[in-house]
Amino acid sequence: MTSSRERVDAALNHREADRVPLDLGATSCSGIHVSSLAALRQALGLDEPGTPVKVSEPFQMLGEVTPDLLERLGIDAVRVGLPNNIYGFANDDWKPWTTFDGTPVLVPGEFPTEPEPNGDLYMYPKGDRSAPPCARMPASGFYFDSITRQEPIDDDHLDPADNLEEFAAIDDEALEHVRREVERLGATGRALVGEFGGTSFGDAAFVPGPTLAHPHGIRDLEQWYMSLVSRPEYVKEIFERQCEIGLSNLQKIHGVVGDSLSAVFITGTDFGSQGGPMIGPKTYRALFQPVHARVNNWIHAHTSWKTFIHSCGSIWRLLDDLADAGFDVLNPVQTSAADMTPEALKDRYGDRITFWGGGIDTQRVLPFGSPEDVRAMVRERMSIFGADGGFVFNTIHNVQARVPVANVVALYEAVNEYRSYPMEPLAESSFDKGRS
Amino acid sequence: MGQLEELRAAIVDGQNATALAKVSEALASGLPPEQILQEGLIAAMGETGALYQAGDIFVPEMLVAARAMSAALGVLKPHLVAEGIPSRAKVVIGTVQGDLHDIGKNLVAMFLEGNGFEVVDLGVDVSPARFVAEVNNGASAVAISALLTTTMVNMADVITALAEANLRDRVRVLIGGAPITTEFADEIGADGYARDASSAVDLLCQLLEV
Repeated sequence: MTSSRERVDAALNHREADRVPLDLGATSCSGIHVSSLAALRQALGLDEPGTPVKVSEPFQMLGEVTPDLLERLGIDAVRVGLPNNIYGFANDDWKPWTTFDGTPVLVPGEFPTEPEPNGDLYMYPKGDRSAPPCARMPASGFYFDSITRQEPIDDDHLDPADNLEEFAAIDDEALEHVRREVERLGATGRALVGEFGGTSFGDAAFVPGPTLAHPHGIRDLEQWYMSLVSRPEYVKEIFERQCEIGLSNLQKIHGVVGDSLSAVFITGTDFGSQGGPMIGPKTYRALFQPVHARVNNWIHAHTSWKTFIHSCGSIWRLLDDLADAGFDVLNPVQTSAADMTPEALKDRYGDRITFWGGGIDTQRVLPFGSPEDVRAMVRERMSIFGADGGFVFNTIHNVQARVPVANVVALYEAVNEYRSYPMEPLAESSFDKGRS
Repeated sequence: MGQLEELRAAIVDGQNATALAKVSEALASGLPPEQILQEGLIAAMGETGALYQAGDIFVPEMLVAARAMSAALGVLKPHLVAEGIPSRAKVVIGTVQGDLHDIGKNLVAMFLEGNGFEVVDLGVDVSPARFVAEVNNGASAVAISALLTTTMVNMADVITALAEANLRDRVRVLIGGAPITTEFADEIGADGYARDASSAVDLLCQLLEV
């Protein structure tokens, strides 16, 4: 019998195993919002109504995908991370809270549960309430977003070290945590995806400095995007130094866990918007590609890990450069963005890139379509992306809040109905034809 | 290259200091402020928008151009006011309630300003009541942005609130943001959808006939 790990590794090596592997929750970009998770668990009969679920990632409010759900849905990959979350505190000392949409949850002890007078929730870096808040969930909101904390910028005295404060050598405690997690999760036979941060260059989730009490340097996102063209030398210097630290940490992690990881999450920087790339190929090649290539080359030379890039949006025009930088795995494959046609992606990049995503459109079909629409798209995507391996089924980014639970149930029913090899060829493609 | 052409080129290139110097020079040389607006700023925003739509420039280049235009407009504005040059129309803009993502909205606001509109930017997470209040203050268009599937549905609440205040007939509603489509605009009764900043300017000019 094929194990989950073998199934994922086959896909990553562009071979067909017994069926298409499935991910839900193995990265911070391939999970499920806690409200949708609670509804799904109840619909599957795993929980009674009112049972709380854990918030495993407090920024996007992702829920913890526990072994019972992994088993029930046939999920093949799980995440190995660091002890602290994006806000720099540990997911421990759990306490109850109810989300603004009424979902009972458990949140880490440092998670803020008392709203401000205006109803908003403020998040504090490392839970330090003496610092200015670093993120905010608006009253009735579903997620946190960074609060801009930008000092006046003095171009004559910009120091790249100011933008590197959060990047540091991994400590022994964190290494031991990773070792234990690999041991614990590896024993389940599932594929392990490492997500250790540090190599996500210029990621909008991290540029604002969510773990820092008083971030310095360029922290305002508009200023950051402008810096890519107006202060390229500054950015280049940050990336090069960050790359040194990131590579040194990956070496240490490899020293502890060896080749037990199937893939490692390198970057979550979004290079695409809905209508086209956020940055041009020239900017990508000048600033990002050299550091991406260094990381990917080191990994390929010293480990068996596959390298994973997450980028939302329309990145068709950047894909040659991303593939040349050595990435093995692309996520979330946002086929709802311009120029991201499934057939064309598979046709042009299918032999080089594993598509980890692209399984269902989460902008239109999953939240606003019918269960039948969901089934039809899953069937189509299995057939297009699944051929010859190179496909790990995943929703296009996290399953968001406010998604009808009937659609989520239909999604995973359809996945398990259509994921077996050999794939049936599609008689006709119902989606993406004539779509803008 | 003429003075205004140099101003236009500096803005398109995102050269803040040059744009500021050129607009001051143009004013000092006695060129009418309205001509500086038309042939310098509006021309620059038109060119920037066209380059973006053609895929020749991207978000960072759009932002630096829009910032340079804003800086130049800061110098020019008092002169436009002193000469009694009216704005094309007053537009209120913001991200929809619950949504905090404002880079796209900021670009649209700067493009509208650079094209001669008076812009009241209410920022992020704007309640329907605040949009309604600005329409009561004379805004003839409402521009709303959303990035998330969880918040785009709140756009309909603004349109309902405008209708309940009996203001819907005298205001145009324009929406935009990653998950938004023309079909969604039709569904919630908005007047239009714009996919980027310069499309927003074009659509608003068309809807308001200005």
